[in-house]
Amino acid sequence: MPNASSPAAGNASRRNFLIATASTAALPAVARAASAKAVLAQDPRNVSAPIGLALRVNGGERLVALDIRTTLLDALREHLGLTGSKKGCDHGQCGACTVLVDGRRVLSCLTLAASAEGRDITTIEGLAKPDGPLHPMQQAFIDHDAFQCGYCTPGQIMSAIGCVREGHASSDAAIREYMSGNLCRCAAYPNIVAAINQAKGLMKET
Amino acid sequence: MRPFAFDHVSTLAGAVQAAGHAQSAFLAGGTTLIDLMKLDVMQPDVVIDINRLGDSALGKIERTADGVRLGALVRMADAAAHPDIRRDLPVIAQSLDLAASAQLRNMASLGGNVLQRTRCTYFRDVSYAACNKRSRGSGCAALDGVNRMHAVLGVSDQCIATYPGDFAQALIALDATVCIVGAGQKARAIPFAALHRQPGETPDVETTLRPGELIAFFNVPAEPWARRSLFLKIRDRKSYEFALASAAIALDLEGDKVREARIALGGVATVPWRAKAAEEALRRKTLDDQAIGAAADAAFANARGREHNAFKIALGKRTLARALRQAAALQI
Repeated sequence: MPNASSPAAGNASRRNFLIATASTAALPAVARAASAKAVLAQDPRNVSAPIGLALRVNGGERLVALDIRTTLLDALREHLGLTGSKKGCDHGQCGACTVLVDGRRVLSCLTLAASAEGRDITTIEGLAKPDGPLHPMQQAFIDHDAFQCGYCTPGQIMSAIGCVREGHASSDAAIREYMSGNLCRCAAYPNIVAAINQAKGLMKET
Repeated sequence: MRPFAFDHVSTLAGAVQAAGHAQSAFLAGGTTLIDLMKLDVMQPDVVIDINRLGDSALGKIERTADGVRLGALVRMADAAAHPDIRRDLPVIAQSLDLAASAQLRNMASLGGNVLQRTRCTYFRDVSYAACNKRSRGSGCAALDGVNRMHAVLGVSDQCIATYPGDFAQALIALDATVCIVGAGQKARAIPFAALHRQPGETPDVETTLRPGELIAFFNVPAEPWARRSLFLKIRDRKSYEFALASAAIALDLEGDKVREARIALGGVATVPWRAKAAEEALRRKTLDDQAIGAAADAAFANARGREHNAFKIALGKRTLARALRQAAALQI
């Protein structure tokens, strides 16, 4: 998580404030999960009761107690405080919620959190280590001004990483085709293509 | 979304056992099911997650004595990238490449893909009371509504919803079969063409699957026309869009004479549509403009357009004609 260290007093950026708040908010969920873990299987007489799940997010295991209907996106945002993944359409049409599951880009809004248990989930928060350099794709988006409002950007970056890893970034045309599931209402598309072209050569080791 | 019981199964037997319930649904990629559950169009009270079966043969593509067997849990992207599929069955690879987005193709299973539900707006929006597909006997708001995206082939006066997929057209053109398993019964195989049902009087019954049955495999026979095959998709935007009209073509040529033709149409029909009359119009003919025109006319002879979608008849014919010319020009 970038900038996850405690902000110095008087130097609390909005981002740090949000992360700090979210981390605190996540604590009760973890505490609840400790008891819910014992009833991991759903009670068939009360399917609305929360179930306990262990989600492996950004390299760490997180315990949560969730309504079975909770999508991976809502689990990340509302229960784990990882609000980088965005909710755009919530129907798999816009790509703003894109995360990597076992290294593949998928839509977290159409994935049940329960289906993601036991799998490696990577969100935008997991790309760079605290105080470490940005992921080449993050840096490339900054270098090429590949966004305006920024709302679609986490999904664009996660999808772009998937696109490069799949070998689908060989040309501008391939990038446009294989990034077509990520919509940008600001239409930063030319700059997104330029950013992916920059990052693809630097991503070998990631 | 309504509450549901959730079951994570690890074996095929366990999956079909757990589904012995009228309102159960199998969950693979979830790209149709979760979407429609959010919209309250689908309301299963038991959801059976079958993704763990992906480690079994259901998650694999294997050569068989007479062709290729595709596991129903193979993801669309993986099937499209498989070297054997790209080389020997290009129409399948292309139908998958041109479908959906990269993320959706990474998620969606082949079995789920052929069962995806229509994109008819009146079906997807439950605030419209009239939808015979959602609720038998409630009427059809599309007949006299905004029906630009709707079907012109296989329609009834109860439903004109378009079958939305692409891959199914490739399967039906190649005479694929479907292997189906269910609790307490032997696995059964049916022609892919027998999987989907035209709407007729019961648009709510979309397939011949019995309650609780699961698609396990698709078998695609190796035939001489499979390599000279392609999928052409015409849509409102260049990528990530459903077809206005599409054609899956496989040709076996002897010089410029057609030994055998396989033709399926998408975007224009209520089900994956095999255009047998068009195939017959081409057999033993020289593949010239006259034969191509006759085939296109034959394919749409029984088409019925409505207020906004009548253009699909001309578009569908041109799509078919262009696909035939492109297939004939392929260097095999």
